[in-house]
Amino acid sequence: MQSLSAMFGPVQQAYLLEARQMQALSFAVHIPLVCFGIAFPAMVLRAEWLWMRTGDEIYRLLAMRWTKVMVALFACGVVTGTILSFEMGLLWPGFMGTFGAVFGLGFALEGFSFFVEAIFIGIYVYGWNRMAARAHFVSGIPIVVAGLTGSLFVLSVNSWMNDPRGFAVRNGRITDVEPFSALFRNGHLGYEIVHMYLAGFIVTGFLVAAAYAVGRLRGRWGRYERIALTIPLTVAALAAPVQVLVGDWAAREVAKTQPTKLAALEGVAHTQRGAPLHLLGWYRDGEVKAGIPVPKGLSLLAFHDPDAEVQGLDGVPAADRPPVNVVRIAFQLMVSIGTFLAVLSIWYLFARTRRKRVPSGHWFYRLLVLAGPASVLALISGWVTTEVGRQPWVVYQVMRTTEAVTAAQGIPVGYATLAAFYACLIGAVAWILRRLARAPMATVAEPEHALGDS
Amino acid sequence: MLGLHLYELPLFFALQGVALYAILAGADFGAGIWQLLAGRGERAKRIRDHAHHSMAPVWEANHVWLIFVLVIVWTGYPIAFASMASTLAVALTAAGIGIVLRGVAYALRSASAGAAEVRAIDTLTAAGSVIAPFALAGAAGAIASQRVPVGNAAGDLWSSWLNPTSIMAGVLALLSSAYLAAVYLAADARREGDDEMAAIFRVRALVAGSVAGAAAIAGAVVVRSDARWIFDRLVEPPALLSVALSLLAGAATLVLVYRRRLDAARISAAIAVAAVVGGWALAQNPVLLPGLTVRQAAAPDNVLALLVVVILLGGLILFPSLGLLFRLVLRGSFSAQPRAERPAPPASSTGGVASTLTATRLAGACFAIGAALLLLGDSAWPRAAGVAALGAFIVLGLSALAGEDSRE
Ligand code: HDD
Ligand code: HEM
Ligand code: HEM
Repeated sequence: MQSLSAMFGPVQQAYLLEARQMQALSFAVHIPLVCFGIAFPAMVLRAEWLWMRTGDEIYRLLAMRWTKVMVALFACGVVTGTILSFEMGLLWPGFMGTFGAVFGLGFALEGFSFFVEAIFIGIYVYGWNRMAARAHFVSGIPIVVAGLTGSLFVLSVNSWMNDPRGFAVRNGRITDVEPFSALFRNGHLGYEIVHMYLAGFIVTGFLVAAAYAVGRLRGRWGRYERIALTIPLTVAALAAPVQVLVGDWAAREVAKTQPTKLAALEGVAHTQRGAPLHLLGWYRDGEVKAGIPVPKGLSLLAFHDPDAEVQGLDGVPAADRPPVNVVRIAFQLMVSIGTFLAVLSIWYLFARTRRKRVPSGHWFYRLLVLAGPASVLALISGWVTTEVGRQPWVVYQVMRTTEAVTAAQGIPVGYATLAAFYACLIGAVAWILRRLARAPMATVAEPEHALGDS
Repeated sequence: MLGLHLYELPLFFALQGVALYAILAGADFGAGIWQLLAGRGERAKRIRDHAHHSMAPVWEANHVWLIFVLVIVWTGYPIAFASMASTLAVALTAAGIGIVLRGVAYALRSASAGAAEVRAIDTLTAAGSVIAPFALAGAAGAIASQRVPVGNAAGDLWSSWLNPTSIMAGVLALLSSAYLAAVYLAADARREGDDEMAAIFRVRALVAGSVAGAAAIAGAVVVRSDARWIFDRLVEPPALLSVALSLLAGAATLVLVYRRRLDAARISAAIAVAAVVGGWALAQNPVLLPGLTVRQAAAPDNVLALLVVVILLGGLILFPSLGLLFRLVLRGSFSAQPRAERPAPPASSTGGVASTLTATRLAGACFAIGAALLLLGDSAWPRAAGVAALGAFIVLGLSALAGEDSRE
């Protein structure tokens, strides 16, 4: 079958860029939604658990109202994920046809996680008031576990694309395929899953807390709101400082396995020892303009050694370099937002542990309102760093995106259609959330009404 | 297993996924079609509500079958998957849009209030429910009529799935989905003691079933002239047996519905749909795409073996979970039956001051240890230990801060 794999060689595709943007757009819509799939069930369960512990109906009311939000966002996560699965084949048949056997298993495992997640979401949601309290709580646990395993398996694929192994290339054919070592023994999976899982809690936590912070600034601040703010904020605030440490791990791993990506992150044109770090600025003509240099900073951060050699972009031919500014700006955005979130978190944790109360100043809540959208921006920037930094490779140093892309015509039409649909989807999500937030609060004595008749 | 070769096994499972998707998601789409045809007014609203409530708990799980099929095909038969997905790009985009409409409408309905809003949203559901099955069945028709050549978008983006066979397959999919849904909705209504809905959907099932049967016969003529190769293989054994089974089961369903044996009809309707998928598979075997047999398309043996193991192990988790969900839905334990009220435990304060203080200190220590390990460690074990310590920091932090602070 020699000829068969040859049918998926490089193709003429005038719209490769559009195809890549289409992929990126779909991810940018899917990934914030799945943060809620990862973290929100745990928060709902925490509220339910507090209800079971204390018998205080206010927790039950909260859990029920949040359940409605969880279901709506989960449905949107499901459909955007389905689109992504289609797109893998629609846009990148060369990639799927050549490497499907190597990484496909990761998606097969993920598929079962999705089954478990979808099934138990069904049970949990429709089981409110229809199951014994303890059984109902327990039925929520598989959702949390499946959120973790689902992310793990899908990230195994992405980490393999960035650090490919577990196969050999002979005469242009893929042989000696070892799916397990490809997916689970690569150097990137470890930090990707930890970093992404934490990101799920950070994004969900800060977004939900931001919603109640807006309320507080407008004077809606009773016991219910305070509880609804502290549950997500506490988790996010504990996760955010940890995220900085994991980010350092990520950067050091990238320095080791993807030196060109690191060079793009920092705008390092030439290979050098004791490389400086630049804050802000932009990259042009081989240097970072208008940035604030930190001497030896990069060598120190990336290798924990001030005199370590850092490979520059000139280490590879120009055709093998990613677009520096996109990657660099995205990276700087993520790191600055990450630092901001960590500082805000420490403020909150300090107030909670030392003063035994939530912070009281307006400024804290104003910053918290900002932290919600900022965390989403950090999430997307992180992915842009990873994925655009990998360019021009789809499988790092093995397959180029030009070899992966579809030969089909009409990508711009598909792109425009999809973009329009996503715009509607985002509008729909906004509408749903507003509606659910404004739904009249059932009295604490009768939380059943909180669930409506869905 | 069942006399199948290793290279056929994943496909065998994928086809079961196709059949289950056609049945379960088919019923879901069919429910959307009935919402579309419900008309206006109070009775129409009750029809649409019944269709919604009946499908709501299960629709997500039903749709995962499609993902299941996709991932098996792209892992086990990558070349075939890449060829199909690239040539059928337009069909799959259309199907994707249909599925998005279905999902978003579901999410919207959970937040909607007024009758007008709900009607508008149900129209979205209905649009998705028509587009998705039509496009997916059209794609199946493209494969069956040998219009998907091997290669990167080697076939025609439009005529591959908008041709007589595909259109016929699309129409049949819509009709059989409507038929399935009507049978299921009638049975659900009966269970819930809603005689009005049971009667309404019983009549709809009888009509849709008769129309679907007639369309199937007309469809045979279409396929015969458009795709002779697959037609000839469908009307000879072994595929013929499966086709015959489908016709029999379809007719039996009509009789059962007529005699109000709705639960039995549920099963025979499912068999009718599954047998179509089976017949198609038997007719195509061993050809997957023109010039490409199942064996040629298959991934290396070790990958196939792993895939089969994953599917079987996954099945061990999946089927009991699905069983639980469907049992709860079908047995009506989900229908408003008051939950045994729990005695509220005495409001316990979440830990004393002392234990909170200990937890805070412990959390701090874990953070310091974890940070050191992660920053200084450069190999797997110190990092794993660091992640564990940081995890402990988060858990301890949560327990230290579990108490509600009553002060502002
Ligand atoms: C809320 C989100 C968030 C926050 C606050 C941070 N990150 Fe991040 N980062 C991500 C969310 C993210 C992510 C989930 O989007 C990525 C993409 C791929 C991955 O594994 O995680 C990522 C990737 C990523 C990468 C690229 C890894 C690769 O290319 O494979 C590096 C080097 C960092 N991060 C470093 C950091 C540092 C030093 C941070 C703090 C100061 C930081 N991140 C905060
Ligand atoms: C960083 C990457 C990703 C993460 C962390 C992630 C995580 C998740 C999670 C947690 C869900 C559950 C649904 C929800 O919570 O809304 C989900 C849904 C889904 N995702 Fe992703 N995903 C990622 C990327 C992808 C990719 C690359 C694909 C496909 C190629 C994909 C396909 C899907 C599908 C099909 C669903 C729907 C599952 C269902 O029907 O229940 N995802 N994803
Ligand atoms: C497991 C998860 C993921 C998988 C398997 C995956 C896979 C891919 C593939 C196949 C491409 C196209 C080829 C290429 O341009 O290199 C791509 C591109 C891209 N992906 Fe991912 N991806 C994943 C997660 C994400 C996430 C969560 C984002 C978030 C926004 C993202 C952002 C992008 C971007 C921005 C591109 C375009 C890169 C460019 O054109 O320069 N990816 N990804």
